Amino acid sequence: MLQKLLIANRGEIACRIIRTARQMGIRTVAVYSAADANAQHVKLADESVYIGPAPSSDSYLVIEKIIAAAKSTGADAIHPGYGFLSENEHFAEACAKNNVIFVGPPLSAIAAMGSKSAAKAIMSEAEVPLVPGYHGDDQDPATLRAEAEKIGFPVLLKAAYGGGGKGMRVVNHSAEFEPALQSAKREAQAGFGNDKMLLEKYLGNPRHVEIQVFCDQHGNAVYLSERDCSVQRRHQKVIEEAPAPALSAFTRKAMGEAAVRAAQAINYEGAGTVEFLLDTDSKFYFMEMNTRLQVEHPVTELITGQDLVQWQLLVASGEPLPLTQGQIQLQGHAFEARIYAEDPANEFLPSTGPLTVLRTPATSAHVRIDSGVIEGDEVSAYYDPMIAKLIVWGSTRTEALRRLVTALNDFRVAGVRTNVDFLRSIAKHPQFQRAELSTRFIERHEQDLFADTSALEDDYATIAAVVELVQSQQHQHAWFANPGLQLNQPAQFSLTLQRDGEPYAVTLTAHSNGWQRLPDQRVWQASWQQDRWRIQCDAQSFVAHVMHADGYLTVMTEAASIRFQRYDVLVELQHEQASGGMVAPMNGTVVAVLVASGETVTAGQSLLVMEAMKMEYTIRASHAGTVEHIFYQSGELVSDGAELVRISAAD
Amino acid sequence: MTRIISTINAKDPTFQANHQALQKVVDDLYAKVAQIKQGGGAKYQERHLARGKLLPRQRIEKLLDPGSAFLEVGQFAAWECYDDYVPAAGVVAGIGTVEGVQCMIVANDATVKGGTYYPLTVKKHLRAQEIAERCHLPCIYLVDSGGANLPQQDEVFPDRDHFGRIFFNQANMSAKGIPQIAVVMGLCTAGGAYVPAMADESIIVKEQGTIFLAGPPLVKAATGEEVSAEELGGADVHTKISGVADHYALNDDHALALARRAVSRLNYQPALPLTPTTVKPPHYPASELYGIVGTDLRKPYDVREVIARIVDDSDLDEFKQNYGATLVTGFARIHGYPVGIVANNGILFSESAQKGAHFIELCAQRKIPLVFLQNITGFMVGKKYEAEGIAKHGAKMVTAVSCAQVPKFTVLIGGSYGAGNYGMCGRAYDPTLMFMWPNARISVMGGEQAAGVMAQVSKDNLARQGQSMSAEQERALKQPIVDQYERQGHPYYASARLWDDGIIDPAQTRAVLALSLAAANNAPIADTRFGVFRM
Repeated sequence: MLQKLLIANRGEIACRIIRTARQMGIRTVAVYSAADANAQHVKLADESVYIGPAPSSDSYLVIEKIIAAAKSTGADAIHPGYGFLSENEHFAEACAKNNVIFVGPPLSAIAAMGSKSAAKAIMSEAEVPLVPGYHGDDQDPATLRAEAEKIGFPVLLKAAYGGGGKGMRVVNHSAEFEPALQSAKREAQAGFGNDKMLLEKYLGNPRHVEIQVFCDQHGNAVYLSERDCSVQRRHQKVIEEAPAPALSAFTRKAMGEAAVRAAQAINYEGAGTVEFLLDTDSKFYFMEMNTRLQVEHPVTELITGQDLVQWQLLVASGEPLPLTQGQIQLQGHAFEARIYAEDPANEFLPSTGPLTVLRTPATSAHVRIDSGVIEGDEVSAYYDPMIAKLIVWGSTRTEALRRLVTALNDFRVAGVRTNVDFLRSIAKHPQFQRAELSTRFIERHEQDLFADTSALEDDYATIAAVVELVQSQQHQHAWFANPGLQLNQPAQFSLTLQRDGEPYAVTLTAHSNGWQRLPDQRVWQASWQQDRWRIQCDAQSFVAHVMHADGYLTVMTEAASIRFQRYDVLVELQHEQASGGMVAPMNGTVVAVLVASGETVTAGQSLLVMEAMKMEYTIRASHAGTVEHIFYQSGELVSDGAELVRISAAD
Repeated sequence: MTRIISTINAKDPTFQANHQALQKVVDDLYAKVAQIKQGGGAKYQERHLARGKLLPRQRIEKLLDPGSAFLEVGQFAAWECYDDYVPAAGVVAGIGTVEGVQCMIVANDATVKGGTYYPLTVKKHLRAQEIAERCHLPCIYLVDSGGANLPQQDEVFPDRDHFGRIFFNQANMSAKGIPQIAVVMGLCTAGGAYVPAMADESIIVKEQGTIFLAGPPLVKAATGEEVSAEELGGADVHTKISGVADHYALNDDHALALARRAVSRLNYQPALPLTPTTVKPPHYPASELYGIVGTDLRKPYDVREVIARIVDDSDLDEFKQNYGATLVTGFARIHGYPVGIVANNGILFSESAQKGAHFIELCAQRKIPLVFLQNITGFMVGKKYEAEGIAKHGAKMVTAVSCAQVPKFTVLIGGSYGAGNYGMCGRAYDPTLMFMWPNARISVMGGEQAAGVMAQVSKDNLARQGQSMSAEQERALKQPIVDQYERQGHPYYASARLWDDGIIDPAQTRAVLALSLAAANNAPIADTRFGVFRM
């Protein structure tokens, strides 16, 4: 059995692995970068080792540093988590060389599956069904284009060594092929150090169904049901569930057995996931095999009652699988929703910063939170901006879904923007409720999922104002205990927020039953109940949360959450004076500068490409003119709001 | 800890009649204030707004912290005093917090006769400064005024407490470390130019604010030079060339934000001689004050019912409860601040006056602010009382009140007549702040009393001539006197002349006193040295 385990990862997965290891009596070692010195995984582990500066390329991705950390602490095994080095064969090789157990499959299996094209060849031989495509080594753009034409548009461009949706593009028309190829290659190169591309037929309305497989060193192999991860945005999973709804026993068995065949074809060991596309006609096609623990593994844990990390550690120790296929029992239904610090209203741009408020729903036998942060921690621009995974269980899909919605209601975050409302609008969507799933779910229902909250703004601003008022009334300071008091007139209270850069004042006047808002004359009142506000608006009553952070006010109800910014004329004027420059939408790295100083540009022309969170953002000219100054060069780090390019106005 | 036990019955018809009567008076007060808040009226306000300027009360709202109360002073100033309509005397003044600092704000209202200074405008401006100086409140002047009202120059320019005193006060407050900030948001001509020029820090609004000793017409008349107001004294001139102003603001909003920023950098440390305890609201609702007090000043009630609705937890520890019972004295807290309450509960006798003097000495010794609840027809008269020396006993109380260096707050809750006004810290005794309820009356004696005295004098004269006065003649003699006293003793008349700092809704008394105490707590409390008490 393992004695000491080093976790070559951070965030929630590091914390999650440490918990299981501790339960098994295995000592744990965390590694951390400069940005993570106070991170939860470091606090949770028995020991920790500093491995370098914040960028993951200088810390979590540096094989030598991880190995050195294992050696110096005497760890006999390394768990790579997901992402980072989890599917890096060089890392697995380095572990082997240094006599450290790599908690994962053998080197050969990683290598075999690491290249998608090689993987497909193996799968084809093992009679695992494949999507028509091109997996050749000839990467000449002309060849790729010709192959794409042969498969027929739409085709999918994928990074051969990629994953997680990065370096991936759907090309609908041949005209789009060239730019998509270049962009995908650039992303692949940045993300995986290799820009080899493969092509596939693009299915119109498929579901993403993946099989959890497990193999031990003794030749045993099982599958632990499947997960439906169809709800995706730009190939990133958003909500996952297990088991996959409306799957016939026949298909389930066929997929499971195909997955086991796939694993055995590469002499697999440990946890793996075989991803399939499930077409509307119940035909399924092998997509790829992930040779690691998946982010969404907890849904499988909840319906099987098994701890997959424990299984991994047992297998790595050379133990046989704890259960045989026949012993694996499925019970109920589970969902996972990934709570991200990102802004759904703004292209899901990561929203970094301090988690001024982070309140999660109460956990229970049915509600689980996997998180690597607590209130007061920071969502760093250097890593994946995930805040937590919310996993719920129910005896039926309906029950589980109800729990999911309730738990999402209880999620309160301030300081950064989150996708909680977006997740909830998916969970509450009738089609989702009826399990009408496909990987196109989000784009198809965009109208419903990105509900326009502008109609609610006025009321939510009023909630913010009335809550501020009632809080002021609790004040011991005489000047605020009677908010807005004026002599011989009803008190008046104004909260000035910002809307489109303009001040927008909510004015409330004292009324015998509360506070009245003109012009609609409705009377508002707020009272604090344990941990939330009870808002009364005329005869209507509902619950709200109001959170403050850095000049922002977030008002949250079950219907929506809206974030307001307090109006500050000095800040606004400063912005105005600074405008005329193109600014960074978030912290990130400049990856390409497309114009030169002195060049004449048109409005909307691409000026510069930034990368943040492995996603590319193109900065465009806000107006026509001459490039006066380029402030950053390719490779430089920029912070949110930094002016990137200045363009003089065209005469 | 002694909670006052209220014995009122809200179902009592008298209570209800009282309530209705006072409610009516308060409604009238609110209506008048609503009108005063409209400044020079819709026409002038629209013209003002069309220039991109904010109204004075909007400016104050934006200057203050969100949620800050605004304790206005001199709200009724100049009410029906001039042929011209000059609401609030054309200048809005009051205390509020800016960046957490309690400040005195004086904002000209250019919609009222161009914001020019009438005699009462000057008096109000000076009173606001006096309060600021007393309470150590930084002053923010939002200047938008054409200067002295020329037709009344003899009443605003030459005397000690006239226009020039404004600048004298600025200089001396600055010398005491009480910050003076000016925001020039409109005209600032002639003497007015000294407001920003004498300020510690000044802000001027582009294309709105102008500062010059003589405006373009005067310049042309004097030297023939033709120059626009902006060229002569606009924001550019004064922030770039002359240095008369320090900060350049793009508009009113920006100027007010800059003023807030200036306050945030004052490093202003209030003295805070008093440490408030946790606030406990009174045990009884303030709204019941109407039913207790009513409007008939002749109807007696126990003043403890009023105190119970003003002080924390309705808790009053009385001092000498059984001695001189027509004066209630005791220790209490208002919004956590310790106070000594001195409240009339009938006419003043020798004992009550001595008790008052004693209690005021105690508070001065202990540095506890005094709150006077004034409802007094005067001292007892008659042979017996003169013989026992009621004059010297009254004088003791007046001496005590005069010399006490603690903050003093006076609220006229009923009658304020004769020497009672003196002993109970009337205007002449420099209360830090003084307010009047709308049911109160103030005069040298009651109207009926005065008429009675005049009638008696006339009757005596007639009697010496062997004549007498018919009942009808007597009524005809008395009525104009009664009417005159009613008019001149009325809160609107009194407050218009700044005999007090404002009329307040009785239901707001606790809040107003709390704000007053908080304001006064910015200044240290000096040691008191009393004059000779005649024994």
